[in-house]
Amino acid sequence: MAYLQSVVTRAGYFTSKKGRLPYLLLFPGMLWLFTFFVLPIINLAGTSTQTPVAGGETGQYVQTFRFANYIDAFNQARPQFARSFLYATLATLLALAISYPLAYAIAFRSGRFKNILLVLVVAPFFTSFLLRTVAWKQILGEQGFVVPALRSMHIIGQNTSLTASALAVVTGMTYNFLPFMTLPLYASLERIDPRTLEASNDLYANGITTFRKVTFPLSMPGVVAGTLLTFIPAAGDYVNAAILGNPNTTMIGNVIDSRFFNIVDYPTAAALSFMLMAAILILVTIYIRRSGTDELV
Amino acid sequence: MADASSSSHGDLKLTRVTKSFGDFTAVDDLTLTIPEGSFFALLGPSGCGKTTTLRMIAGLEEPTVGSIYIGETDITTKKPYQRPVNTVFQNYALFPHLSIYENVAFGLRRRGVKDVKEQVEKVLKLVELPHLAERKPTQLSGGQQQRIALARAIVNRPALLLLDEPLGALDLKLRRQMQIELKWIQTEVGLTFVHVTHDQEEAMTMADTIAVMNEGRIEQMGSPAELYESPETAFVANFLGQSNLIRGEVVSSDSDQSVVEVHGQKVAVLKSRNRATGKSILVGIRPEKIRISLPDDPRNGNVLTGGIVSDVSFVGVSTQYVVEMPWKQDLMVFEQNDGGTPTLRPGDPVSLSWNPPFTFGLDGSEDVNAGSEVDEPA
Ligand SMILES: Nc1ncnc2c1ncn2[C@@H]1O[C@H](COP(=O)(O)OP(=O)(O)O)[C@@H](O)[C@H]1O
Ligand SMILES: [Mg+2]
Repeated sequence: MAYLQSVVTRAGYFTSKKGRLPYLLLFPGMLWLFTFFVLPIINLAGTSTQTPVAGGETGQYVQTFRFANYIDAFNQARPQFARSFLYATLATLLALAISYPLAYAIAFRSGRFKNILLVLVVAPFFTSFLLRTVAWKQILGEQGFVVPALRSMHIIGQNTSLTASALAVVTGMTYNFLPFMTLPLYASLERIDPRTLEASNDLYANGITTFRKVTFPLSMPGVVAGTLLTFIPAAGDYVNAAILGNPNTTMIGNVIDSRFFNIVDYPTAAALSFMLMAAILILVTIYIRRSGTDELV
Repeated sequence: MADASSSSHGDLKLTRVTKSFGDFTAVDDLTLTIPEGSFFALLGPSGCGKTTTLRMIAGLEEPTVGSIYIGETDITTKKPYQRPVNTVFQNYALFPHLSIYENVAFGLRRRGVKDVKEQVEKVLKLVELPHLAERKPTQLSGGQQQRIALARAIVNRPALLLLDEPLGALDLKLRRQMQIELKWIQTEVGLTFVHVTHDQEEAMTMADTIAVMNEGRIEQMGSPAELYESPETAFVANFLGQSNLIRGEVVSSDSDQSVVEVHGQKVAVLKSRNRATGKSILVGIRPEKIRISLPDDPRNGNVLTGGIVSDVSFVGVSTQYVVEMPWKQDLMVFEQNDGGTPTLRPGDPVSLSWNPPFTFGLDGSEDVNAGSEVDEPA
């Protein structure tokens, strides 16, 4: 770095002040973010406060800075908001419960199968998200093996089906976002020095205590990263609810989708998007603060 | 939960302990007694099975064969957390997410000890780092981490403290200082220390008893002076300090000494210091025991003539000579710089002599170079 800097300085590009190179390196990224994130966001913010043109056609809006749009939008979509956060939370917890033992086994117990298992974890990414969701629908469908099996064991009634239900939506999201949970968990478990676990054993902690006092706390960065990477896309997801749900399981993403593309109610869709973003941002901030993982890195 | 203070104290006994990894034998039929309260060093070159031995004592590895006792209690198959044994790991293995205070308190809390605060503060004072209690391990220097690892272990007052090359990561100066401190702390707390090292100087300065280990076996065990003055194998003779080992044949013996012919010259070896069972023998003598003199000077005791000085190096308190003997073997001689030795240059003819009781005899089937080419301590 210092070398590069001196080269740049000697070449006479920046003779006035040292330390400009970092900014120079940041520039392409900043430009990208500005063009494709900041500008659209400003645009979206504008749209969210528009009102229909008086006597105009559907889809024609004029900027009026009507902030009451937000209140209207929220009142219309309150159940979907609640459902989004409920489903996302459930899917995140479920994914954590499934991923933790899996990541633990891969990190500590897999031996020479470690790489194969890791490839298997990411393997679903090789097919499209949509296809996977459709596949999940078939797995849970009448023709799949799950329903007949559960029926024959009398776990579900003869007329109960699993598709088109909240259960299908939540398990679908769990399934789709599982690698986002597993990989960060694996990464942080893998980083734990096995000798700290031995030290814990040596200092009179049995397996369970060692897990509670050493392994789990040390894996917190992975838990936080994994839950965020699962919760955030899950809260905004609409594919799972669209394919696996019913009219009573619609999430906020489905409302935004239909407002934009079916009803062409751009202001409401934009306002809902903003509220979703804000809600996620606030929740995530509180979560990171409370988990106190910054101390661990 | 093991309570270190009330559970079995006493000597540590390893009986015929073997540890195999697949078809590789890391520790081979090891039998060892470590007296309670002693500072015991396990010394050997890297890869000889020291860590594996410690891990079996700690319970982190289970012996393939054999048993381990502390006093009258068989701990062979006990879990690590059930043993009154604590370890100072080579890389310290402090808990990165816990403060120094909590690191040290860890074992006490697991055992449900009452006066945690008092004990932690006391041991932090002992290692002279009470002011670091609130820090995290990563904020400490290597030497400080080393002391905390020690404090975290001794605060539990285990029947046995295992130290796996605890000073290996420290620089030379700090290492020498910590050697003295460790020894002092051991005397202070009165625990049994089992100290693993590949540094023979470290083992000699610290330990009451040293076991020299080689390829999974104990070569010899004894006090530093015993091992140095009376090595029983070529490996020990070469690994602890330096030795001159000369091949010879026993030509006659009486009740207290044997006469050995080495390349046409005769030297005496005390029977009590002779390990050779047959006629073939390695005559051993430490370099600092040898006097170097001009060929014509009268000498008595064991004398070897016909040497030619091939190298002289002056190292302050002493001068080190390499002398080539007529049978093309280089012998080492260390002379005190006390004015008693003539000034010698490479090429000068010399005789070597020493007091016969300093001679030790090793079995003639041994490799003269065993233990001299293993890795030098860093
Ligand atoms: N878990 C293991 N699996 C296979 N071989 C091992 C294992 N642990 C140690 N060894 C082998 O056993 C030998 C002794 O190792 P170790 O006890 O660590 O030696 P030291 O501590 O004396 O350097 C080495 O050759 C090492 O490669
Ligand atoms: Mg070792």
